[in-house]
Amino acid sequence: MRKRTFGFVALGAAATLLLSACGGSATGGGSESENEFDQGSTQLVNPSDKTGGTLKYAIEADFDSADPGNTYYGWSWNFQRYYARTLLSFTPEPGEAATELMPDLAKAMPEPNDDFTEWTVEIQEGLKYEDGSEIVAEDIKYAIARSNFNGGTLSLGPQYFSAHLDQDDHNVYEGSDPLAGFDSIETPDDYTLVFHLKDSFSEFPNVLTQLQTAPVPIEADKGELYQENVLSSGPYKFDGNYQPGVQLHLERNEHWDPDTDPVRPALPDRVELEIGVAQDEIDQRLVNGDIDVDARGTGVGPAMRSTLLDDEAVQGNLDNPYTGALRYMNIHTPIIEDVACRQAIMYAVDRDSMWRAWGGEPGGDIATNLLPPAIPGSNPESDLYPSEDGKGDLDAAQSKLEACGEEDGFSTTLAVRAENDNEVQTAESVKEALARVNIDVNIESYPTADFFGQYAGSQDFVRENDIGLSLSGWGPDWPSGYGFASKITHGDAIMETGNFNTSELDDPEINGLWDDALLTEDPDERAAIYEQIDTLVMENAAILPVVFDKSLIYRSDELTNVFYQPAFMMYDLMPLGVDRD
Amino acid sequence: MLNYILRRLGAGLLLLVVVTAVTFWIFYVLPRWAGVTPQGMAAMYVGKAPTPEAIQATVDRLGLDQPIAVQFVEFLRTLIFGQEFTFGRQTVECAAPCLGYSFSTNSPVLPQILDRLPVTLSLGLGAAVIWVIGGVGVGVLSAVKKGSVFDRLAMGAALAGVSLPIYFTGLLALAFLVHQWGLFPVSRYVPFTEDPVAWYQVMLLPWITLAFLHAAQYARQTRAGMLETLNEDYIRTARAKGLSERKVIFKHALRPTLTPILTILGLDIGMVLGGAILTEKVFSLNGVGAYAIDSIVSKDLPVILGVTLLGAVFIVVCNLIVDLLYPVVDPRVRITA
Repeated sequence: MRKRTFGFVALGAAATLLLSACGGSATGGGSESENEFDQGSTQLVNPSDKTGGTLKYAIEADFDSADPGNTYYGWSWNFQRYYARTLLSFTPEPGEAATELMPDLAKAMPEPNDDFTEWTVEIQEGLKYEDGSEIVAEDIKYAIARSNFNGGTLSLGPQYFSAHLDQDDHNVYEGSDPLAGFDSIETPDDYTLVFHLKDSFSEFPNVLTQLQTAPVPIEADKGELYQENVLSSGPYKFDGNYQPGVQLHLERNEHWDPDTDPVRPALPDRVELEIGVAQDEIDQRLVNGDIDVDARGTGVGPAMRSTLLDDEAVQGNLDNPYTGALRYMNIHTPIIEDVACRQAIMYAVDRDSMWRAWGGEPGGDIATNLLPPAIPGSNPESDLYPSEDGKGDLDAAQSKLEACGEEDGFSTTLAVRAENDNEVQTAESVKEALARVNIDVNIESYPTADFFGQYAGSQDFVRENDIGLSLSGWGPDWPSGYGFASKITHGDAIMETGNFNTSELDDPEINGLWDDALLTEDPDERAAIYEQIDTLVMENAAILPVVFDKSLIYRSDELTNVFYQPAFMMYDLMPLGVDRD
Repeated sequence: MLNYILRRLGAGLLLLVVVTAVTFWIFYVLPRWAGVTPQGMAAMYVGKAPTPEAIQATVDRLGLDQPIAVQFVEFLRTLIFGQEFTFGRQTVECAAPCLGYSFSTNSPVLPQILDRLPVTLSLGLGAAVIWVIGGVGVGVLSAVKKGSVFDRLAMGAALAGVSLPIYFTGLLALAFLVHQWGLFPVSRYVPFTEDPVAWYQVMLLPWITLAFLHAAQYARQTRAGMLETLNEDYIRTARAKGLSERKVIFKHALRPTLTPILTILGLDIGMVLGGAILTEKVFSLNGVGAYAIDSIVSKDLPVILGVTLLGAVFIVVCNLIVDLLYPVVDPRVRITA
């Protein structure tokens, strides 16, 4: 009897294992890639016009919102273009052309008036939503109004329109006619929009690339619940089974006309986004070929990074682009008021050690200026605080300390995001380096989620706790000097809480140059102004650049039309297809 | 018996109110004691570039500036009677039992929990079957073969099971059994109703991993209970009467041993159904546990309250079922009752 029992158990276990094994495979990789390391950063990889198949994405954290009018995550801006067409778009080409603008819904690029306070744009005729109804100019006007003038109902997206449109207070969710009194955007006919701005804004077309220009008919808007089923204007639409935090599957929108869309080849038949997958699991599945793209787009995690870099066979599947982000340390001007004291810090830090804290070579390059390399006007060679091997110039630091009357050094507090290991290590490096000139740094960790809302970005908290330094990272809303640095260096951007100009830099000369830039039409001239601003910010020693971030991205051989898009700081998702043969 | 069940249900209900009140207190009152203002709380839900207008609108919408007692009563009223919510220009009815809408995603909480519940039920119940059969089985065999190689190996494994956390065994299992050797498929939940075979294949490794943790405890508990019972006089009597060893073990020795096992089983299943947080996270299963941890990270109070309430409901219900099962398992309880 006993033998029979054990036999049964053994048989069951074997059957179980066999049944399981039949369903899964951990193989992947296959033969060595014909592509080169980092090829996708500047070139088109695996070009193909093959259609069909399912393009599979996975991500760990959910959208802030699946509503194009209410999102501010970089990957979300990229991904949601599958179902949300915008007035303008970045050019779907690799290299420098990627950051140039082109029409999407628009018929042509917008026309400004002489002082850039009025912009006129026409949209194509015959564009359709997924229900077959026509897209008209008023839908775009309403989409912009609801995303920026909503009484705080939709608060997650950027607020460039509310900041620049010449519009009195307005709330689309009050009153019977949501657009009554909303005159800053005119729609003289169904296909024309005229934007009236309160100030000159030469970079306004960049704002028109944002998802908030994706059309929304008034009757389709359900406020915060619109995200449950967005009315698609793009090549794909929700398949009706969107589960926040779990999955979003997109199927073809048969009313989308490819002839009207120069941005989206829409190669796959289906796009699937799996949400809530652990990062290590995503990395593993990416390499095994179970998913095609990590939707977050910031590259593999630390564990997989070292594995991939050590594996010769996969070098052709790796890209190592600049993310477009700068990791830096704010030197809070209201706490360390004397510029010479701030400059002492700039001289005393050990940049080489901070760079190593960020992962060394694959993690990025040592930054000695403000604007990242992909931004016009950036001069990464510029270094106002040079030192041998980046180890710091202690003599120069000491003389600056004497100049600010602190020859014996001083004490201050460095705020750091607790969950960010690289920042914590960078903070340790700063502490050690500044101790060499008797600047005593007390490191305080705060929760990432509230870092700017309640701690380093709260003016009261900074003053009450003598926070002289804080570590941050910043990426551009669009790849220009203004899109990158205005929010962190313009005096007008200083907020009581949620303050991203965390150093509270408010320099009249810098502020004036920002205003000049917005009056300048020629991009090259604007770039020259941005370079000036960069230099002035460094002279003010309000921001200490640490690293120009790089990511390490795994690119499957089955993934087609791959190239890096600096505007989104990740691959351009729209041209991607799959070739699994 | 009916009276007993009603009494237990009443006590369970009271417990749920207490659990809700305590959870509410932890997440609503404690932050205020720490100096967080209603505006500070609202700032967590208004994104990257909050305007004062958006923050105030969020305070008003979520009622964060109301006295705590008012907020709590409002929560209970919404739960019991339902409520209408306004989104944009639209009014939406949230029928009772209404857990409200997520602060961070604006999704209705109860449907979100119910969507995730099949994942958690699949995980919890499947693992429970394995850990009960495996744990009790190993415990019985170890007791019968006390001091043998099997006993030592089994108890060694049990010690490892108790000692090793899920995020260790789970990640190890994923690395080797899934990614390295391909013995199990990549975990991507498939509903049972959609494809039972795929469901089974995907869930098997999470079941085994979760069961390994619990089975260890059951094996040790069963072994200890069995050893004690096997030394009882009535077991010697049963053997002396010529009963087969199988009958002695399973009919006379195992049954009394099962009573404490049943007690911990009720608690364990209740807790696992409330969300096996680590297992779900490690295996990327979007169940109630993963939802709970995400909501805690984002301080999404309605979701936290919702999943806590659900967890408490499961524990209360499972314990009630266990209480009702005691007389079935152990006739002595029936006699005492």
